[in-house]
Amino acid sequence: MVQITVPDLGDGIDRVEVAFWHKNVGERVLQDEDVVELVTDKASFNVPAPAGGIIKNIYVKEGQEVPIGAILADIE
Amino acid sequence: MSFSIRIDTLGLIDYSNACARQKALVAEVVSGGSDTLILCEHPAVITLGRRSLEANILLGRKDLAQKGVSVISADRGGDVTLHAPGQLIIYPIINLKRAGLDLRQYLQKLEQVAVDLLEDFGIVATGDDARRGVWIGKEKIASIGVGVSRWVAYHGMGLNVSTDLSLFPLIRPCGMDVRMTSLEKILGRPIDMADVKAKLGSHFVKIFQEGTRRASDV
Repeated sequence: MVQITVPDLGDGIDRVEVAFWHKNVGERVLQDEDVVELVTDKASFNVPAPAGGIIKNIYVKEGQEVPIGAILADIE
Repeated sequence: MSFSIRIDTLGLIDYSNACARQKALVAEVVSGGSDTLILCEHPAVITLGRRSLEANILLGRKDLAQKGVSVISADRGGDVTLHAPGQLIIYPIINLKRAGLDLRQYLQKLEQVAVDLLEDFGIVATGDDARRGVWIGKEKIASIGVGVSRWVAYHGMGLNVSTDLSLFPLIRPCGMDVRMTSLEKILGRPIDMADVKAKLGSHFVKIFQEGTRRASDV
């Protein structure tokens, strides 16, 4: 099981909004494929999958704010 | 290590064409290709982000069409923006990892490029961490909207050189009540877009060279 977390985006960016899930639970992702779009500071940042697999759990809904490092989803 | 980027200077191109071009370039950069800076202008268009409020467009679609302004839903976050001829569009397709930049540093550098360019014209402008964009006092001259996929940035910045400012009241830019200005308005004389594009390109390279040097020194 691999976790997808909110990456460090730089000093001063402490929280991000989960804007859009490109994938749903049960869908297959390839390594480095965009999984979820975060919005901060006039930028949309797409988080790539750290490994290929199936999305097992999604922990944060679109529109919710989370801190850097928060767990967003599990890939199995 | 020196920073190099291919500069692709285009004229007036459709927003959707520019998006397709960027998408292709992102794929190239992801697979190891060189970074590219697109400089262009768009015909009058209002673009909506994924979560934009239609209410921030203050005129009906029919009236907009009559004014020659189209409306496009863009595959990005953020709110409503307006592009029109005379606005210099700056789309760097750049691998942030390779350039040694995090997102915050990248946004600051992008703003710095506009600030330095404006300084060439004797204008003092500032970037702003709290309300992104480039400002001259309370007026905004450049707007920022960036996308990142697999650490490759796309979209970028729109700088008003000679934009028809009467178009901006059609929207509430980024959902805020902001007054926009332009290089021509401030200087009160016509400005040559080709000259601005050339200056922009050299400032861009200079600012991003500094960054990569610092990053590789660490």
